Amino acid sequence: MAPEPPLLTMSGITKSFPGVRALDGVDLHVQAGEVHCLLGQNGAGKSTLIKVLAGAHQPDDGTIVWRGDQVTLRSPIAAMRLGIATIYQELDLVEGLSVAENVYLGHEPTSAGFVVRGRDARASTAALLKRLGHSEIDPGRLVGDLSAAQQQIVSMARALSHEVRLIVMDEPSAALDPDEVDNLFRIVGDLTAAGVAVVYISHRLEEIRRIGDRVTVLKDGRAVAVGLPAKETPTREVIALMTGRNVEYVFPERPESPGNGAVAARPEPVLSVQGLARDGEFAPLDLELRPGEIVGLAGLVGSGRSEILETIFGARKPTSGQVRVDGRVLRPGSVRAAVRAGLGLAPEERKAQALLMLESVTRNVSVSSMSRFSYGGWLDRAKELRAARDATRELSLRPDNPSVPVRTLSGGNQQKAVLARWLLRGCRVLLLDEPTRGVDVGARAELYTVIRRLADEGLAVLLVSSEVPEVLGLADRVLVLREGHVVHTAPAHDLDEHRVLDLVLASGQHGPTHPEGPHSPATTEGSPAS
Amino acid sequence: MTQPASPARPVTEKSPPADGDKSPWRSLAARADVRTLSLLGVLAALVVIGGVTEPDAFLDTDNLQLILTQASVIGVVTVGMTFVIISGGIDLSVGAIVALASVWATTVATQDYGFAGILFTAVVVGLGCGLVNGLLIAYGGMVPFIATLAMLASGRGLALEITDGKTQMVTVDGVLKLGERDSYILGIPPLVMVFAAVTVVGWLLLNRTTFGRRSVAVGGNAEAARLAGIDVRRQRLYLYLLSGLCCGIAAFLLIILSGSGQNTNGNLYELDAIAAAIIGGTLLSGGRGTITGSVLGVLIFTTITNIFALNNLETAVQQIAKGAIIVAAVLVQRRTATT
Repeated sequence: MAPEPPLLTMSGITKSFPGVRALDGVDLHVQAGEVHCLLGQNGAGKSTLIKVLAGAHQPDDGTIVWRGDQVTLRSPIAAMRLGIATIYQELDLVEGLSVAENVYLGHEPTSAGFVVRGRDARASTAALLKRLGHSEIDPGRLVGDLSAAQQQIVSMARALSHEVRLIVMDEPSAALDPDEVDNLFRIVGDLTAAGVAVVYISHRLEEIRRIGDRVTVLKDGRAVAVGLPAKETPTREVIALMTGRNVEYVFPERPESPGNGAVAARPEPVLSVQGLARDGEFAPLDLELRPGEIVGLAGLVGSGRSEILETIFGARKPTSGQVRVDGRVLRPGSVRAAVRAGLGLAPEERKAQALLMLESVTRNVSVSSMSRFSYGGWLDRAKELRAARDATRELSLRPDNPSVPVRTLSGGNQQKAVLARWLLRGCRVLLLDEPTRGVDVGARAELYTVIRRLADEGLAVLLVSSEVPEVLGLADRVLVLREGHVVHTAPAHDLDEHRVLDLVLASGQHGPTHPEGPHSPATTEGSPAS
Repeated sequence: MTQPASPARPVTEKSPPADGDKSPWRSLAARADVRTLSLLGVLAALVVIGGVTEPDAFLDTDNLQLILTQASVIGVVTVGMTFVIISGGIDLSVGAIVALASVWATTVATQDYGFAGILFTAVVVGLGCGLVNGLLIAYGGMVPFIATLAMLASGRGLALEITDGKTQMVTVDGVLKLGERDSYILGIPPLVMVFAAVTVVGWLLLNRTTFGRRSVAVGGNAEAARLAGIDVRRQRLYLYLLSGLCCGIAAFLLIILSGSGQNTNGNLYELDAIAAAIIGGTLLSGGRGTITGSVLGVLIFTTITNIFALNNLETAVQQIAKGAIIVAAVLVQRRTATT
């Protein structure tokens, strides 16, 4: 390791938002001229960390040392003045302004202090674009007319228009095709050769191998590995750090011979999915769920996990295939049909997709079953409150007072409020998308117990999680996904973490790797609703 | 600096409860919430100001009846508007719908059908406009601002087309009579009773029915509402229908009040209704609002207008005062919301 003092040392960075601790004492050390990769699942805290670094969030605790001096990054401008530039994943460009205007937004070259010297700005923008290998972009064009990849370049030009020593790139390759990725890596190489440090965030491990020097892995708001060598650390070890357990969770016992006793007793699947597919997201999928069974979908980010759940639930319209509940075909693309048939979804983004944050727990719980407490639209609020209280008590939701606003609850209890909503509805198939995302580590075991108990009571559960141990520990049966294809199906006790990681990472050995344009499979009979 | 041994940071003190006082006032305050009480306080202060500056004219029964009557028309519109705003929408066309409904209901042809014809036409025209708004927004995917702006323009245009700019006098006695003193029951004008009824129904609809819950859910988080199984589009359609219905009722009240129908009726009602809802505590972004607050907002505005008129102040000053009140109300609400 280079003996020179690090360019940036962040230590003990802590940041809480209502209901969740996004960062819990995270350290990050970056040397000048290195590519430092930041890895972690969605929700691990990467975005929060880089926003702290960009001056967009103020940490609750912790110190930032920049070139030997302790600094406070009060605003994005303060960070920029120090030479820290950030290229966000959602490009922050003004579409109605030209390329040059965007690049120099906020620090336009001016005469007499306020007259923008447009020609100078365009000339230096052209120089920057040339340096980035994209001299074909006209500095006078409107940014809104450019492709996503070109906009990315403009973002980068904007970062370089400042005197930078550190550039943070948040998933810069996500919108690029392979040629453009090569160009991006060339740019990164030029930058580091000039002594600029790059903090590079990506889900694609092979990219990190190619350009990374060191890796910091975040999980659940903590740094589980700091400064690993990017080229030497085995891929499996990196993934295990991202997806593995850092606490020994206690998973509830499975019922004896999972899937056998129950199946023999109730052979009819409650949910059956046939040839369900969405172009560009996931290939035709067949799946059956029986009452009492928990089926897990394991796969990396981008493998189509959430898309599958949302399509089964009708929130996305399938390209082909069908979903049956109790043998009856659901109207495709209709959430209401799915809910009426007894499906319930606990989505990945609880706050954005599930909760009414201004409302009480009661109203969040009762929202899907209001007809049960109403007569001709007239609500029986006492009955509603009793039902909500029963449902939340059943799940030991804390505090034991459903009148409190749902936003005051912890992440785990907010998740319980979502589960209580579907319990109250009398839901029979529960679709869980990352049920422990944003849930404190300590509260997870309780949630696992709740999920298993619901299954024991006859619910069928389809579970998506990016944490392999969670899927293996909780599910009876596991489907392993890679790039939208199911590459393996097995009872959970026949799999272990290494095997699953091999399957999700494998290239070519296990099943198809090239989605040949998922299309309507032979299993689609196109039978109309019975 | 010594850190506590536990990594958990001490909870920052956040405005500790002043005392354990459980006086009836406190529990009442907790029930009625600070916002409603402060609006009531403002209204009370206005009554005091009116009583002090023009003791004879302001507190006169005729004047109080006038204030309430004037509040009735815009009040009914505001109840509908409140629902729309709570659901995250906006209805800029209310004034134009009131104008169109009032002129359509007072054409010679309509008046041939007498009282029922006028009432029916006003309500149906209101519902019709609301239906168009709702379909464009809920199923046509148009932004509420644009769709209702278009309705504003064409509604006004159609109203002008119907009247040719002339005032259409009402000749149906039954309608005219409702505006006269003889029809007052216990000193309360029928218009005010309609306003009161709409308020009560609106309050019940918002607070006691699934319709109200769905409206709040759609405004609070449309995606969550959709994934909870609510038919968000149909709910939006209903909400604009409701606003149109309120405009139709308001048009009928206006016909009674003025004894005529004019294409200039309901001028700037959209702004008055939005302003009343906002100072009443309805979030313009949706998800929160009260009928009580909106009605108090209407009463506050109407009372101010009355006091200014009694004191012979210009309209210009009134409007400046209205603007200042909107700003003050929102600033106060921001403060109370963050604490």
